[in-house]
Amino acid sequence: MVTKGVMVYSEDRELELQLVGKGRELADKLGAGLSALAMGSGIADAGNLSEYGADRVYVADDPRLADFSVETYRAVILSAVKEFSPEIIIMGATKRGKELAPRIAAALGTGCMTECTSLDVDDQRRLVAERLTYGGSSIAKEVSKKMPHMATVAPRTFPKPPPSPRKGEIVRLKIDLPSPRVVVIERRKKVKASVGLEEATIIVSAGRGFRNKEDLQLLEALSGVLGAKIGCTRPVAADSGWLDEWIGISGRKVKPRLYVACGISGTIQHAAGIRGAQTIVAINNDEAAGIFELSDYGVVGDLYKVLPALTKALKERSK
Amino acid sequence: MLLKDIVDLTELKFDMATRRPQTEGVKRKISEVDKRALEAAIQLKEKGGGELIALSMGDERTKTSMLEALAMGADSAYIVSDRALVGVDTLATSLVLAAAVRKLGSFGLILCGEMTLDSLSSQIGPRLAELLDLPQVSYVKRLELLNGKLRAERELEDTDEVVEVALPALVSVVREVNEPRIPSLMNIMKAKKKPVVEWDAASLGLSADEVRAASSVEVLKVEAPVVERKHIIIKADTVEEMVDRLAKAILAEGILEE
Repeated sequence: MVTKGVMVYSEDRELELQLVGKGRELADKLGAGLSALAMGSGIADAGNLSEYGADRVYVADDPRLADFSVETYRAVILSAVKEFSPEIIIMGATKRGKELAPRIAAALGTGCMTECTSLDVDDQRRLVAERLTYGGSSIAKEVSKKMPHMATVAPRTFPKPPPSPRKGEIVRLKIDLPSPRVVVIERRKKVKASVGLEEATIIVSAGRGFRNKEDLQLLEALSGVLGAKIGCTRPVAADSGWLDEWIGISGRKVKPRLYVACGISGTIQHAAGIRGAQTIVAINNDEAAGIFELSDYGVVGDLYKVLPALTKALKERSK
Repeated sequence: MLLKDIVDLTELKFDMATRRPQTEGVKRKISEVDKRALEAAIQLKEKGGGELIALSMGDERTKTSMLEALAMGADSAYIVSDRALVGVDTLATSLVLAAAVRKLGSFGLILCGEMTLDSLSSQIGPRLAELLDLPQVSYVKRLELLNGKLRAERELEDTDEVVEVALPALVSVVREVNEPRIPSLMNIMKAKKKPVVEWDAASLGLSADEVRAASSVEVLKVEAPVVERKHIIIKADTVEEMVDRLAKAILAEGILEE
């Protein structure tokens, strides 16, 4: 069988370049080619996909592709797959990518592994992946047994590769585009100001160590100094109703640069939500609390004393 | 509408020796987002009439979740349950659900949650839309039916979209779509009289062996991840001293820059 290698696509170009990096690595391991796909209207930058590692770039340039639609984008991807017959397809796990990829997989009659955190090929050229499961509390190792093997990958899972002067082949796709049955009546760009917990770079978070809702102002003061978002554990939001949303297995999964856990015991349910944090600081008066197992820095102490002191110390340093 | 009953993740425990999650004996419930899809379906029915069927692929334990769906407002419940299909992947599951939908006959709208909180795969909705050749509207946070058309507001990372589509269609909802109702005691009693139909693969005209063989993603192992952290406990005689050292450590990490 002729093997044509790896194909990558995301409508988010930054993410697609990250996929090109990982795709290149897998293609080299297989001794196969890497193709990428550029879709839209008035595409001028298809070349940068080869600069970052693609041997071939399929281009679908049409005014009707200016805006994302599952139905038209699906048609383009399926026709590129037909041209290239890849053995592996990696797509971006943006929201748009996650509604597109399973449709492609279903159309091709193959499996798909969602939001993989690692990708590799085994000695049978099959795609092997790790991904989070059970609400993010566990890592599943999975293998795809059917070609084309498919996986999706979230933004920033893999680094963007360094550019090189590689010159790839550009292939223009001719496609019959269907008229989308879903018609977009209105598009509203979101205001960037309201950063959610998932995008926050610093989060200070409350657990059951807080005795009253009013005491959360200790956390608010610290968040002010750090420019942080405020998060909490499930009991604080779902049981006490002090805050709207929580971080954990059944709530938000966060990946800030700094996570400060205050009065949080550190259940596996909460741990599942903070795994992606770069640095975790824990403040808890119980030396045996599980949160210290999950932390880079721990302070064993009463949060009612530690938080005001920390706020003050950080304020003085930022002057 | 489609729903899946999953292990109650708030009660999930791990075997610390093997780092494997222990799902045996953990009670199950309707996946939170699916429950909101059900609530959305009930609200559409209350406004515009129609019949509401709850469909799930599960096992004998799924019946409890289905009783809850019926108590909330579904008219009937169908469970596809077949021992030969335990542990199949999303491809195989969607083949089975598509066959069940076809057997149920004509419909206007299929509703489901954008993902289930256990497997986090987000595949069943789009796969079903593909297999049944339906237009799909994902991540819906508001929806209404107007003159046989669905109008929905859907939420993407950077944009909100208002879309319109003629029925039949498939819709997946996000958590924000509504707060699911808690059924009254009377409706819980009434639910016990509503029909719950169980199907196996054969009753859908499928060969369980063929469906199993179609399953193409195999889970090799599931484990709690190893935590790699610095585990530095800052100890000092006074709070001020501890905090001082913590602040220094945070600043040394370089995370407060930019």
